[in-house]
Amino acid sequence: MTTDSARQQVLVLYLSDSALDSYVVGWAQYDGTGRTTPTTGDSDEPPYDTGLAALRDGWRLFQAAQLIPPYPGHEYDVSFLKHEFFFERIVDTQALPA
Amino acid sequence: MEKSQELLNSVQMARFVARGALRLDAVVPAELNAEGLRVLADDVPPVPYGTPLSTAYPEGTFVRRLLELPQVAGALRSLVGPEPSVDHHFVHTREPHGGNAQALHGDAIIDVRPDAFDVQLMYYPQAVTLEMGGTLSVPGSHLRRTNESDTGRYQNLRGQDRLVCPAGTVVFLHHGIWHGGRRNDSDRLRYMFKIRFNPTVRQQRLWDTSDLHDPQVNAELDTMFPWYEGATGRLERYNRILLWRALTGDDGYDLDHWVTRVSNRPKERAV
Repeated sequence: MTTDSARQQVLVLYLSDSALDSYVVGWAQYDGTGRTTPTTGDSDEPPYDTGLAALRDGWRLFQAAQLIPPYPGHEYDVSFLKHEFFFERIVDTQALPA
Repeated sequence: MEKSQELLNSVQMARFVARGALRLDAVVPAELNAEGLRVLADDVPPVPYGTPLSTAYPEGTFVRRLLELPQVAGALRSLVGPEPSVDHHFVHTREPHGGNAQALHGDAIIDVRPDAFDVQLMYYPQAVTLEMGGTLSVPGSHLRRTNESDTGRYQNLRGQDRLVCPAGTVVFLHHGIWHGGRRNDSDRLRYMFKIRFNPTVRQQRLWDTSDLHDPQVNAELDTMFPWYEGATGRLERYNRILLWRALTGDDGYDLDHWVTRVSNRPKERAV
């Protein structure tokens, strides 16, 4: 693989708690090869059941959400999903079928 | 607008409080849907923000007759009361094989009113298939404190609702629900007509409350959705309880002691 032919694929998994082996509740994918165009509302089934399952399939974790205590006075608020994990996979576009 | 109305019952209201959505399948008759498709194709002239419902759409017009259908009128009255204001309306179209999916978003701006809410009526004049890219919405997302499309990173959530419905379906959404138009991968132009309503009265016991103590009310309010993180799902129920208290006027209502437990601060000294 050369720098020119390497592309990043990104998988974002939202998990049911802060453990990487917990259950997937949401997901998003971005494909730097341009071969696929994942988008909002395109699937009802997650690509993996847990974050650990993604690791076992070759995805590399590069970012995990920090655990931040609630702001005082906002302990009962609900907002964004808390347990967000970013994975990547580097793909050699020269090795992909045409 | 004081014609025949079929009010919601308490179980339906509790379901709305939990889900942030109420769906009425095929409540609009076929001939009105056929007329609706023609009307929407020509667009519906705008009305000024805040126009009282009774003056927004002249007698006999398509929109007026849509809103006078007993199930539609009753649901609207149950949710926002008599004579709401029309915030705005819009004819949404999704071109065949065209455009992109909308990012998941809440309409307008972040809106955290604890004891009032707007509703958005969405009317589908034609049958919507999965391929036609019906509206995506996320049950139980309406109490999340997020602003507009800041949720755009979330492509899919477990238990999301990708609308597939028969012609003449009307959906009422709480203003905070996360939603978006999906990509239309079919050969057909898809229409959806949306009207946002603002209440003009206190939203308390506006529905048929004769079943207020039906056990199914608690069951609806206790619903967990598959996309909730376990811990945050508990907070969702906490917030629903507060909304149900506001809507019923019952400050003592609780579900499995969620609010009572963390509000308990006795002041009496021990003897």
